[in-house]
Amino acid sequence: MKDIVATNTMHKGWLLLFLVWILATIGTLASLFFSEIMKLPVCSLCWYQRIAMYPLVVILPIALFPFDAKVTRYAGVLVLVGWLIALFHVLLVAGYIPKSAQPCIQGIPCSETHINILGLINMPIMSLFTFSLMGLLLFLVKKPESL
Amino acid sequence: MNKKILFIGTSLIIIVTFIAAVTIFQTNQTKNPSVDNLNKVERANAPTKGPFNAKVTIVEFFDPACETCSVFYPLVNDLIKKYPGKVKVMMRYAPLHQGSDQVVKILEAAHLQGQFWPAVDILFKEQPRWTRHHVAEPQSALRLLTNLPLDRELFMRDLNSDNINNTISQDVMDGKMLKVRATPQFFVNGKPLINFGYKQLTQLVEEAIDEVY
Repeated sequence: MKDIVATNTMHKGWLLLFLVWILATIGTLASLFFSEIMKLPVCSLCWYQRIAMYPLVVILPIALFPFDAKVTRYAGVLVLVGWLIALFHVLLVAGYIPKSAQPCIQGIPCSETHINILGLINMPIMSLFTFSLMGLLLFLVKKPESL
Repeated sequence: MNKKILFIGTSLIIIVTFIAAVTIFQTNQTKNPSVDNLNKVERANAPTKGPFNAKVTIVEFFDPACETCSVFYPLVNDLIKKYPGKVKVMMRYAPLHQGSDQVVKILEAAHLQGQFWPAVDILFKEQPRWTRHHVAEPQSALRLLTNLPLDRELFMRDLNSDNINNTISQDVMDGKMLKVRATPQFFVNGKPLINFGYKQLTQLVEEAIDEVY
């Protein structure tokens, strides 16, 4: 009985981690689609978020086979860094952080966004949402017993 | 469910979706050069080379300080020769490099005296002599053009005239509308060159020739 519970809880953690991997992969491919296919320019803040997101695509599968609960530590750091930069970016676009504070290459202002759905959803918002969700799921991976 | 099968299956679904999205996006883009954009691609009085009644127009948004533009310059000239009477080239300014905004003014002032092509010939050929680490030096560029038969006084007056400023702002604005973010950016009869390369450009020109001749 104990064994079954153990595999079940591990299974939940595994599935959650698998979901995080799916999010990271879709986020990675979507960002590459925007820059490489649609040829939208990438500002430096977007690059920093990419740096935090792309490695997850490769390291999460290593934590999936076999399942490694410690993944929360090393993937969590990346997610946290990405989340903080995404938050900064969202605030910058929303105008809460003055423009002069932005580290940007000339011609590609981070304070502008290309995509604007319903005047609300833009690229940094999507990024912040994705990092938040990944962070939440990773947190739940660590505490499978709470499910 | 077997974890490995789940993982591999999901990977495949994601990859196939991505490839499908790329394919759909690219076919849509080559099919529909939006008609609105057509008027923005060409500008009357922009420097043009080739027979005026040629039905295929290559419009090149260029920056005189751009290395790839100087590499492409002879190749584009070859296209005019390769399809005699059918192809002409129009040059439009896209000063993206630091300092280039002054150099395109020099070119436009030369253009007003009918010396655009000789001037751009020299600037592309001598590009390393007036650019340092991708920063243009307008004074050095100007010195290279001293041998051209230009009315100096008129030239210097033109250089800062509203006329030239307006022309260049027009090009920069149209470039923005057309999403010109890198140079050279080519349009052939209004259709943008999506996949960059000389072969692809030739192909786009050939398609346009087949369409109108």
